[in-house]
Amino acid sequence: MDFITQPWPWYVGGPLIAFTLFLMFYFGKSFGVSTSLETFCSIGGAGKFSDYFKINLKEKHWLLFFVIGILIGGFISSEFLMQSHAIDLNPATVKDLAELGFADAGSSYLPPEIYSTENMFTVKGFLILISAGVLIGFGTRYAGGCTSGHSITGLSSLQLPSLIATIGFFIGGLIMTWFIYPILF
Amino acid sequence: MKNIKFLIAGILFGIILSKTQVVSWYRIYEMFKFQSFHMYGVIGSAVLIGIVIIQLFKKGIIKDYLGNQINVKDKKKGFIRTLVGGSIFGLGWALSGACPGPMYVLIGQGALSVIIVLFGAMIGAFIYGVLSKKLPN
Repeated sequence: MDFITQPWPWYVGGPLIAFTLFLMFYFGKSFGVSTSLETFCSIGGAGKFSDYFKINLKEKHWLLFFVIGILIGGFISSEFLMQSHAIDLNPATVKDLAELGFADAGSSYLPPEIYSTENMFTVKGFLILISAGVLIGFGTRYAGGCTSGHSITGLSSLQLPSLIATIGFFIGGLIMTWFIYPILF
Repeated sequence: MKNIKFLIAGILFGIILSKTQVVSWYRIYEMFKFQSFHMYGVIGSAVLIGIVIIQLFKKGIIKDYLGNQINVKDKKKGFIRTLVGGSIFGLGWALSGACPGPMYVLIGQGALSVIIVLFGAMIGAFIYGVLSKKLPN
């Protein structure tokens, strides 16, 4: 039981993610999460604004079950399978974050400097959260997939568009982390 | 209910993402700072094993649960859409520390502020859908 409640190392997590990919294809579907974003748009009535969202929702029921499962998995692991929410960070990362104004880096999964409830009701805090979301939603649909669809499924099937998209993920991520964070915080 | 298997696969995936800590903003930050091998190990080992699995699908050695050949769909081609779209996604990924799968995990963990990120992502997907025909490939 001890192993279950400890954080899992990469060589356990990576193969298990590949196993999830196997399961989804074995069950006759594909492995990717970001399509669910447009499915929720369709459910919300986005078909009135663009034909892009006019889909047969019945064909997407499996995907809704999958993402609701992911949410339940988050709940189960957090409630029953974790002794601690601390992240064992490189001391260099903790130091870099302290200089940015992020105190006690790694004491929980999410930094309170971005995700605390007080922060989410400030103008800056709200704008950071919502704009991060907009960038993710727009970017992943334009690119045709996210980390699961491109970086895992697409790279595993040796597809060039997925390699380009993954390089893009890193270009954007590096610009944000190295150049925009010092301005924002 | 034929969809229950996807619910179970989702629960499994949610637990894996949670326990491997890839849903943590800090893990994404240290990845982009090149200060830890963890994320590279997770994604790299998933892809290496994924390559083997998908080859077994393509060669017909593993069939789906009904005995049919498993096909992996081709991704949409286009240099601009994948590079520019990918870079925009990367900006949001690094800022929120969460890609779409982890957003659902974090909401399940009780992080209510992540609902704002998810809501933003739906707005982003909506904007793409409305503009999709006007954007370069």
